[in-house]
Amino acid sequence: MRSAVVLFPGSNRDHDMVKALASVTGHTPTVVWHQDSTLPDVDLIVLPGGFSYGDYLRCGAIAARSPAMLDVAKKAAAGVRVLGVCNGFQILTEAGLLPGALMRNAHLRFVCKEVKLEVANADTDFTRAYSKGQVVRCPVAHHDGNYFADAETLARLEGDGRVAFRYAEGTNPNGSVNDIAGILNDAGNVLGMMPHPENLIEALHGGLDGRGLFESVAKTLAA
Amino acid sequence: MLRNDIAITPELIASHGLKPDEYERILDLIGREPTFTELGIFSAMWNEHCSYKSSKKWLKTLPTKGPKVVIGPGENAGVIDIEDGDVAVFKMESHNHPSYIEPYQGATTGVGGILRDVFTMGAKPIAAMNSLSFGEPSHPKTRHLVAGVVAGVGGYGNSFGVPTVGGEVRFHARYNGNCLVNAFALGLAKADGIFLSEAKGVGLPVVYLGAKTGRDGVGGATMASAEFDDQIEEKRPTVQVGDPFTEKRLLEACLELMKTGAVIAIQDMGAAGLTCSAVEMGAKGNLGLRLDLDKVPVREENMTAYEMMLSESQERMLMVLEPSKEKLAESIFVKWELDFAICGETTDDLRFRVIHHGEEVANLPIKELGDQAPEYDRPWVEPFKAEPISFTSIPAVSNVADALVKIIGTPDMCSRAWVYEQYDCLVQGNSATVPGGDAGVVRVEGTNKALAMSSDVTPRYCEADPYEGGKQAVAESWRNITAVGATPIAVTDNLNFANPEKPEAMGQFVRALQGLGEACRSLEFPIVSGNVSLYNETNGRGILPTPTIVGVGLLKDVTKMVTIAFKNDGDELFLVGGHGTHLGQSIYLRELFGREEGTPPPVDLAKERKHGDFVRAAIDKRLLTSCHDLSDGGLAVSLAEMAMAGKKGASVPLGQSAHMAAFAEDQARYVIAVSPANAARVVADAAAAGVPLVRLGTVGGTALDFGTAGKVEIETVRKAFDSWLPEYMGGEMA
Repeated sequence: MRSAVVLFPGSNRDHDMVKALASVTGHTPTVVWHQDSTLPDVDLIVLPGGFSYGDYLRCGAIAARSPAMLDVAKKAAAGVRVLGVCNGFQILTEAGLLPGALMRNAHLRFVCKEVKLEVANADTDFTRAYSKGQVVRCPVAHHDGNYFADAETLARLEGDGRVAFRYAEGTNPNGSVNDIAGILNDAGNVLGMMPHPENLIEALHGGLDGRGLFESVAKTLAA
Repeated sequence: MLRNDIAITPELIASHGLKPDEYERILDLIGREPTFTELGIFSAMWNEHCSYKSSKKWLKTLPTKGPKVVIGPGENAGVIDIEDGDVAVFKMESHNHPSYIEPYQGATTGVGGILRDVFTMGAKPIAAMNSLSFGEPSHPKTRHLVAGVVAGVGGYGNSFGVPTVGGEVRFHARYNGNCLVNAFALGLAKADGIFLSEAKGVGLPVVYLGAKTGRDGVGGATMASAEFDDQIEEKRPTVQVGDPFTEKRLLEACLELMKTGAVIAIQDMGAAGLTCSAVEMGAKGNLGLRLDLDKVPVREENMTAYEMMLSESQERMLMVLEPSKEKLAESIFVKWELDFAICGETTDDLRFRVIHHGEEVANLPIKELGDQAPEYDRPWVEPFKAEPISFTSIPAVSNVADALVKIIGTPDMCSRAWVYEQYDCLVQGNSATVPGGDAGVVRVEGTNKALAMSSDVTPRYCEADPYEGGKQAVAESWRNITAVGATPIAVTDNLNFANPEKPEAMGQFVRALQGLGEACRSLEFPIVSGNVSLYNETNGRGILPTPTIVGVGLLKDVTKMVTIAFKNDGDELFLVGGHGTHLGQSIYLRELFGREEGTPPPVDLAKERKHGDFVRAAIDKRLLTSCHDLSDGGLAVSLAEMAMAGKKGASVPLGQSAHMAAFAEDQARYVIAVSPANAARVVADAAAAGVPLVRLGTVGGTALDFGTAGKVEIETVRKAFDSWLPEYMGGEMA
């Protein structure tokens, strides 16, 4: 599986993501600078976590308008899988590739802790290594992860099975509507999620629950 | 606008913090009256913060050498050998006064400054920690300070992308008017990839890097000079504003640049900004330096030479560049959208010259400014030492379990989760622990080894006996590193004390330093970097003496690490060091009976070492399933923390004088858990090493059962532990 990680000024979990992809898929991803207007031909594009452009203006707003993102949008439309984690999720909503918005956490503080995630839909390119309803551990680390969308959009997301992950067992850390932790686009090839599966992939991290996400994509592509 | 020909009056000199004899010394040195800009430069270089003039004499007595010390004090940070050609670079620094004035920005710039110290040396920051001391919870400013400082520490570190792996938070009335914010950072480099500030070579370009210079942080001196020029913007805060986004780019650009061979010397701009960095580079290299201020990137118009030289705008660096690499260097900074400006050159005349609008506004001897600043032998007296208290005056409690629940729900003993959950402790993917254990542990990328670090000091002990308190701070840090299985290597210190011009406060400083020094020598735990913060007092009342120590150790095989959490039902519990009896200055006495009395527990360094070496060896042999040191609150608190972390109870019957066994704070002790299969071996090893070992009981159940001394469900303890801080911070503002 060939993958690319887009690097914005202020990205800070790019390296974590590169390590996770290399560990699970056996291939080290290409790192693409945000000013590059053409991404390499890959199976998966990842927008990593961090504080692109310092989160100034609005989280992800400036990065969403970078040259690399124009090509990400093109490739997403052509069916390439795109994963946005944390700041990457914020960038995807700002770029209009995913609906809704990520507002400041309900308690207004940054939060870094482990939460429980329920796999709300295991029949997606990003979750098929998990089972439906399975509850997995996953850390979060963000200040603006409070997912919101209007009622009509929410109904569509829920009705079409586009909610991939939900915070489970009362661990919603940010006030997200319907406990939403990760959503898909209409075509199912773009996933945005706030939690960090890339930080739970080896024994040192105290668990391997995050590997399933990357294994899912690899499995999808191998099929 | 401030002109350079302002008359130098005694009032102006005094407002720059220079004493009459110091001014005489300036006149002797330069043989004429200084210009206004020169006066500012002297005040910046000769103040306590930059010159260490009150503390130098005593700092020289500390042990700073050892087989693992690569670079000791005097550089931006200390450097230790962690084998395989790797080195760890670390330091702690205070940002106390700014944080009290403006907690969020004060804390962010404290974190930013220490991160810069580390990556200036060519090291990639891989861990941060902090030690925070606030006033009593009921003081009207405390909640505001906690909220702002914690958000600030997180705001900078999280965005920059360094995991904050631990720290300390305490409350005491003596910090009411003067909180402490001590920030620590640790970076990783190759032994042959360390960069220093010492300039080498004449006629080489001096380059300004990073963010632009503004008027922020020009300091008290400028504020004081407003009386003779009412156009200065006197209301501008003296606290600098941090921009972690710029710092992150500066890090990436510097590390990229350092790989190219373009950097001959580099120095970050911290306190006293351009002045201090330029003088230090020249003085250390025995070179002169000429700065052309018209080339310095500025973000405000009409800045004077005085303001530019004293600005403490953040995220800036000064570098001596290899001239052949100029284009390459510039392209890296352009890529990261940072300023890059050649603004001076090195010279052979040992003068520090500053040019502004074509005029020479300063021309000073660089050595005397830098490494020959005044040095004082401040008078000191034997400081206050608390009287011992007799056993009979200490009330007993019959139910240890009830007492534990009370104690664990107090401001100083309760869970810090509300604080550390605001810090990203996972970024970079190498954290082996989450905060709340004994030491923070971070793997060295690409290897199986890890670094352990722990920040410690017990200020109430230091107040009651500065010498023993100083020893104890070092011993506790050493113990915490040992408790995860790591071998302690070296420390950085952050010495927070009151006004050194008061002999009593100076006496506290002297005695605490003697204690630190003795402990560091005895434990072979040298001090490789540090910072001194004096004058921490308000309305004549000083803070508790607070010599914060951060120790760093190496764990050769991270898979051998143990944590405090109970792992398996049926594991046997032992107390290394045996039961204690010392309740002077204990949490027990303070929290249950409101008495801050007695002498602190004495630290027997030989015992400390023997017990610690035993524990470390047992962890190395994989004989322990968990381990926790004993400190504040004694055995009962350690057991409670182990039970909560592991979500498992324990049966630990305590016999007579249960309150003493449960809450004594005798030093050099650890609780260890051992599988039944290994218990006999651990007992035999302890006997062979001459280490007292008491069998405490077994892990299991859902409660902490102290036998006749009471029993409590872990959930009850957990609730008390978790409640206080969120409820306090969520309460109405006073």
